[in-house]
Amino acid sequence: MSLPSQPGNLAAHAAPGGYYTPPPSWWPLVGSVALLTLASGFILLLAKVGAGPWVMALGFAILVFMLFGWFGNVIRESLAGRYNPQVDRSFRWGMVWFIFSEVMFFGGFFGALFYVREFAIPWLAHTPLLWPGYDGAWPTEGPGLKDAFTPMAAWGLPAINTLILLSSGATVTWAHWGLKSGRRGQLALGLLLTVLLGALFLTFQAYEYHEATFSLKTGIYGATFFMLTGFHGLHVTLGAVMLTVILLRVQAGHFTPDHHFAFEAVSWYWHFVDVVWLLLFVFVYWL
Amino acid sequence: MDAHSANPAIPVPGQPPRDYAEEHHGAPPGGLRRWLTSTNHKDIGTLYLWFSFAMFLFAGALAMLIRAELARPGIQLVEPAVFNQLTALHGLIMIFGAIMPAFVGFANWMVPLQIGAPDMAFPRMNNWSFWLLPAAGTLLISSFFVPGGAAAAGWTMYPPLYLQGGISYDMTILAIHILGLSSIMGAINIIVTILNMRAPGMTPMKMPLFVWTWLITAFLLVAVMPVLACAITMLLTDRHFGTHFFSAAGGGDPVLFQHVFWFFGHPEVYIMILPAFGIVSTILPTFARKPLFGYTSMVWAVASIAFLSFLVWAHHMFTTGMPAAGQLFFMYTTMLIAIPTGVKVFNWVATLWKGSLTFETPMLFAIAFICLFTIGGFSGLVLALVPVDIQLQDTYYVVAHFHYVLFSGAAMSIMAGVYYWLPKWTGHMYDETLGKTHFWLTAIAFNVTFFPMHFLGLAGMPRRIPDYALQFAEFNLIASIGAFVLGAAQLLFLYNVVRCIRGGKPAGAKPWEGADTLEWTLSSPPPYHSFTTPPTVR
Repeated sequence: MSLPSQPGNLAAHAAPGGYYTPPPSWWPLVGSVALLTLASGFILLLAKVGAGPWVMALGFAILVFMLFGWFGNVIRESLAGRYNPQVDRSFRWGMVWFIFSEVMFFGGFFGALFYVREFAIPWLAHTPLLWPGYDGAWPTEGPGLKDAFTPMAAWGLPAINTLILLSSGATVTWAHWGLKSGRRGQLALGLLLTVLLGALFLTFQAYEYHEATFSLKTGIYGATFFMLTGFHGLHVTLGAVMLTVILLRVQAGHFTPDHHFAFEAVSWYWHFVDVVWLLLFVFVYWL
Repeated sequence: MDAHSANPAIPVPGQPPRDYAEEHHGAPPGGLRRWLTSTNHKDIGTLYLWFSFAMFLFAGALAMLIRAELARPGIQLVEPAVFNQLTALHGLIMIFGAIMPAFVGFANWMVPLQIGAPDMAFPRMNNWSFWLLPAAGTLLISSFFVPGGAAAAGWTMYPPLYLQGGISYDMTILAIHILGLSSIMGAINIIVTILNMRAPGMTPMKMPLFVWTWLITAFLLVAVMPVLACAITMLLTDRHFGTHFFSAAGGGDPVLFQHVFWFFGHPEVYIMILPAFGIVSTILPTFARKPLFGYTSMVWAVASIAFLSFLVWAHHMFTTGMPAAGQLFFMYTTMLIAIPTGVKVFNWVATLWKGSLTFETPMLFAIAFICLFTIGGFSGLVLALVPVDIQLQDTYYVVAHFHYVLFSGAAMSIMAGVYYWLPKWTGHMYDETLGKTHFWLTAIAFNVTFFPMHFLGLAGMPRRIPDYALQFAEFNLIASIGAFVLGAAQLLFLYNVVRCIRGGKPAGAKPWEGADTLEWTLSSPPPYHSFTTPPTVR
């Protein structure tokens, strides 16, 4: 499957000041092996095969190895000054479209929630032949399940969590101001506060899950509640890990006031996670 | 905060970062490493195209089994359960393994060349996008050999049937997750390349139409692949974690899956046809030796089709009992799509009008595309009508319709593109006689296979059924004979491509005198790294 060897321009392709194109790399292949291993382990786990968790752990380990190696490459190239403003623009566009794909991911689950509340449940309630006596009042676990549960109230812990996450959006912006004006203390403190607020949010979420009187199995209310808040929590966790990495990189002196795309990318991600939470607060907890 | 010293990824302060000067390179590494570690858009494009070809032949072999079983009424070759596995995996592998990767292969090869960029915006991520495909392909193909066989609930994976299957159903879900990741990363790469890496002077309305169609396709991919991920994640949690998304007893609704799935699924249809429009819009002007008629309206038509594709999904669900207002809305939006599509077809015909036409193989495929895709478009309009669709839902009329769109639309445009750019890729001319033989065999056998399916569907033959009533026997036998010829003809295609790679008449930089995009300013084959200094576009 090889084309004939191609003659022609054999000059170095990373012309000084030109668009940096990296040399061949093993990391993408390692990443594919990682995901195949992880997926296979998960499939085995679901099939209740004993080796499943171990295969998953192996896949996850390879994935983490790949992330360190690949991002390490990128960081070294960045520090070596290989990324000109055009490359920087590529990174920015790339992050924007990645966040757009995440918006669509959450949009799918919100769409499912709206469809069920606006259409599926009322239709079920108006089908007395099938489910006599079912009134379809939200929150509901559906006409066929009969476990008592208390829905999550908005104006307790979730409201506090809203405050926490909004504050963390403010602290990360404050840190960015510090970075742009060269105040490194403000930068590090702002980032540290953001990570801590993220961790506090996750702790409260964990407490809320622990105290909940319903589960993923509690009909459509439990399913949509845990799917939406669960994926959001996963994103907060990822965001906090990325912020921590950024904090370490700040300490290592990787960023300058006018060259710090990685910081901005992670803060965009953090604001995105924040906005998703606001929608969750309104549509999952409150209304 | 000393964690960085233990982390090899972060250099120790005070020491200079590793020197990369020695890694500057002009030629690819030798042997397998060239393909495993590639960061070169041409090599990765080649990988995509070969992977797609392999999957095309594999999923085609599944289709041959389907047609062999359907050649006569009764059960001859495969059990009904196996038959359902064949139809489900034929669809999934053709869509995600053959057609989409083929178009991404074209994007990899041609987008940087047509916009004068040195490579894709993210060359390493580009390689990851590719190498995720064999991972997903492994899961899909090996799912035939696990207990219970492959997933047999159709490529659309509808619950509740999909919730009842075995381990292969999970393998399919995870495979699609991986394919989705690959598509999203590939699409982001293409969007950023087009937005950020055009040669100076190439303003948006000077971009070749192939680039425009891929920009819009990539936008659709980023928008809807995550929604597919939602749908199959809900399937997975319903299967294993006790959620009730698709169970009425728990307040869910199986129809919810169809809504989420088709919100992905309809844009997906355009993901598989817009790049085809781009290829055909490139080939027709070349062999008509005139500029494309109505460039601006072509761009707007593609954008309108993409926009409308988000508003038509429930036309796949007219029989699910949705309110009349919903049926009317989705019927009208669907019929609206005929307007921009009609603009495109008329523009193609006007491009041919009074041109100095020659009929080399790419041109033959492109003209066949216009005729046959238009038939598929018309049968789509027929299906858009609610009362008609209620009659034709899940019949062979639908099978005929989407094969006219996906085979004579997407797949034949891919063949057109391969013949058109093979001289550029390899530096050799393909064998014109073999190419034309391949074309005529394909075009005729395609119609013999799929045209009778319209009649079968109108007469009421249901799809995804291994056996049928006697009155359908003749048309099915004709379709099966056509299918075997169609399948065999593709081996000729393979032979012709391999022959062209190995040798042939030198192509020269620009074998098609009517071509005017940037790739033809380079040698054939182009240098391993092209446009390291961007050309200036007037």
